[in-house]
Amino acid sequence: MKRKFLSVLGFALICRFHGYAQVKTDTTAKKQQVYKSLYTPGTQPGYDTSDYRPRRLRIDEIDLVSSYYNQTGDHSAVTGGLGTEQVTDFSNGLNLNLLWYNPAMNKNTLSVGLGYDHHSSASSKFVAQDGQGKPGGTRIYPSLDWTVENSKTGNSFGIGLYYSGEYNYKSKGLDLHWSAKTFNKTGEFGVKLQGYFDKVTLIYPSEFIPPPVVPVGTIVITSASGVTRIVDANGNTISSSKNSLPTSPRTTLSASFSYSQQLTPRLQVMLLGDVVTQSGYLGLPFHRVVFPEQKTSGIDTAERIEKLPSSRFKLPIGLRANYFIGDNIILRAYYRYYMDNWGTRSNTASLEIPYKITPFFSVSPFYRYYDQSAAKYFAPYDQHSLNDQYYTSNYEYAKFRSGFYGVGFRIVPPAGVFGWQNFHELEIRYGHYTQTTNLVSDVLSVSLGFK
Amino acid sequence: MIKRLAKISAGLLLVVSVTSCVHLKEYQKSRLNDSEMALTNRKVEKNELNFQSYREAASGANAGKTGGGCGCN
Repeated sequence: MKRKFLSVLGFALICRFHGYAQVKTDTTAKKQQVYKSLYTPGTQPGYDTSDYRPRRLRIDEIDLVSSYYNQTGDHSAVTGGLGTEQVTDFSNGLNLNLLWYNPAMNKNTLSVGLGYDHHSSASSKFVAQDGQGKPGGTRIYPSLDWTVENSKTGNSFGIGLYYSGEYNYKSKGLDLHWSAKTFNKTGEFGVKLQGYFDKVTLIYPSEFIPPPVVPVGTIVITSASGVTRIVDANGNTISSSKNSLPTSPRTTLSASFSYSQQLTPRLQVMLLGDVVTQSGYLGLPFHRVVFPEQKTSGIDTAERIEKLPSSRFKLPIGLRANYFIGDNIILRAYYRYYMDNWGTRSNTASLEIPYKITPFFSVSPFYRYYDQSAAKYFAPYDQHSLNDQYYTSNYEYAKFRSGFYGVGFRIVPPAGVFGWQNFHELEIRYGHYTQTTNLVSDVLSVSLGFK
Repeated sequence: MIKRLAKISAGLLLVVSVTSCVHLKEYQKSRLNDSEMALTNRKVEKNELNFQSYREAASGANAGKTGGGCGCN
C-alpha cells in the first residue's frame, strides 16, 4: 500500500512539474496589463518593456565611511615650526543616494551627505602661550547634490551645495557640473565649476591679545575657541567669557575639467585638470613665526603671526590609467603635476594593484609617492628675516617627499555581506604615511555600502 | 607659466583627438565596467585625500573638492 502510495505521489509530482513546463502561457494578456499600467499620453502601445524603469522615488544606496587617523611630528606651525604635531581624528560620513525617473525617463539622483569629525590636536593647546588652550574640536559638514542624466545620451547636469563648520572656520560651497559622452560612448567630457566662500575666525595666539585688567595674583588663559578665563593662583576660575571674534573671508573659485576614454577592452584613461584661484586670508591667525632677532634683541616684534599673500593661483594636472591584466589583476595608476604662483612644484604618483581572489573579494596593495618644492614664503623655525614681506613656518609649504603605502580589502558577495542582502559592499583600508619632515601618520578606514 | 599651460593644453587636445576615434562594442566592455576599473577615487579613500590635502601644498586634479572645509593646525 505504502509503495503504491509513493508511486502515485511520485507520478503526480512528475506530471505536475512537467505540466508546468508544457503549459503554453498566454503572455499577451499579461503584456496588455503592463502596457495599460505604463500607458501615459505620448507613450505608444508598443513600448519596450525590457527598458522599463520604476519612476517612483527610491533609495538607491546608503554609504557609511569611518576613519581613524593618528599623526605624530615635531614641526607644528602653531609653535613656529618647532613643536608637537600629535593629532588624532575620528571621522564619519553618511551618504544617502535617492533615485527617480522624471516623465521624460531621465535619471535623477539626489545625494544627501552628512559628515562629522572629532579631532584632538596637541598643538592647539599652544594657541594659549601657557599650553592650556582647547586641545580639540569637531567639524560638521552636510552636503547636497542633485544630478539629472539623460537616459539616451548619458549626458548629465547637476548642482551641489556644501557646508562645513568648526570652531575657527566656516565654509559654504556651491558647484555646477556637466558631463557629455562622445557619440560612440567610449569617451566622456566633464566640467565642474566650484565656489567656496569661507570665513576664518581670527583667533590669535594669546600673547598677541592685549590682556584684560585683572586682580593681582590671577592668570589669564585664552583658548583656541576664544574663551578667556581668569584663574587665581590655585587654578580656580574667577570669571570666564567668550569674545565675539572677528572673521576674515577666504574665497576659492575653480574650474575642473576631465576627459575619460576607453582605449581598448582592457585599458581606460582619464585626463584631469583644475584651474583654481584663491583670495582673502590664506594663512591661519594662530600660526606663529619666530625670527632669529628674538634671541639677541628680545624685542616683541621678533615673534609674529604667519603672513601670506592674499591671492594664490593653482594649476594641477593629472592622469589616471586603469588596466585589466588577465582575469583577476588590475593596475590603477595615477600621476599629477602641480604648480602654483607661491613657487611650489609637486609630483604625485600612485599605483594600486587590486587582485581578485574571487569575483567578490579583492585585495589591493597600494603605494603613493609625493614630492614638493618649498613655497617661496617658507622658512623653518628661527630662519626668517624680519625684512621678509611674507613668512610662514608651516611645513605644509616646506620642501619634502612623502610615501604612503598600505592595503585595502573589498568584499561584494552576491548574497550580501554576512548574508545580509542589503549590505552589498564592505571595504577596509589601512595606510601608513611618512614625510621627510619626520611627520608620520596612520589611517584606518571602513566603508559600508547598503542598497 | 602661460607658455607651459599652452603646451599642456595642446598636448591634451592631441590626445583627445587621437583617442576619440576608438570604437568598442558593448560586449568588449565587460572588463572596463568592472567596479575596480572605475576612474574615480574609492569611497573608502575619502578621508585619506582630506588629510593629504591638509599636510601637503598640492591638491586637486583628483575629481575631489578644490577648497573649503578646514582651518587645520
